[in-house]
Amino acid sequence: MRSISRRDALLLVPGLTALALSATAGPLLATPSEAAAEIGRFSGGKTAEPGKIALDLPEIAENGNSVTLSFDIDHPMAAERHVSDVLVIADANPSPRVAAFRFTPMSGRAAAATRIRLAGTQMVTVMAKTSDGKLFSAQRQVKVTVGGCGG
Amino acid sequence: MAEKPRIRLPKQAGRGEIVEIKTLMAHVMESGQRKDAGGKLVPRKIINRFSCAFNGKPVFECELEPAIAANPYLQFSVKVDESGVFTFNWTDDDGTVITAEERITVA
Repeated sequence: MRSISRRDALLLVPGLTALALSATAGPLLATPSEAAAEIGRFSGGKTAEPGKIALDLPEIAENGNSVTLSFDIDHPMAAERHVSDVLVIADANPSPRVAAFRFTPMSGRAAAATRIRLAGTQMVTVMAKTSDGKLFSAQRQVKVTVGGCGG
Repeated sequence: MAEKPRIRLPKQAGRGEIVEIKTLMAHVMESGQRKDAGGKLVPRKIINRFSCAFNGKPVFECELEPAIAANPYLQFSVKVDESGVFTFNWTDDDGTVITAEERITVA
């Protein structure tokens, strides 16, 4: 059996390189089940009550690199009962966790705003826990025209 | 490399008023997903934590992930019952902590 000539071996290189590059192109994105697992860890398997969270996100984000997110939770912030933790999840980003907030009675309001990156069209979930064991949740589907994760 | 935070909050407030605080930190928030011109992955380097205390008492804090946009913007509220000083801390992945302070006078 003839061994491959050096000329033929050189011709193979571009093909192999293309194959290698295509396998690594673009960021690996999370799956909805990873997002669900993250939410499950936060909720302890408890079912969230709807309502209470006013979640503001654009329906269509022109630029996935910077999407404004704000939320305001209709709940007292007294020492005995107040919103303590809020988790933000994006179900199709490379990693589902976006941010976790800790509020205290001194917060006055369980409300915050920030700017997030969205790799593509996906569901953003905001989940809140109170000091007396309640769980609230709100979500919004955001259409992203230009993804914002370096891809 | 001096990241300078920008903070907006009222200089005065009434007792028991809930003041809104807006902060902006200059930081690239390198997600670890981006590739440089040579195709190499640029390593992650972000502000991963922000906290705010009032007169030494923790009021608000958050853990930030690479999904927070560059130049992290954070807006939140604090209920003030007395005059005092807010301290804000931003923690970088590399352990650096950037601190800022602002006073408020409460009638």
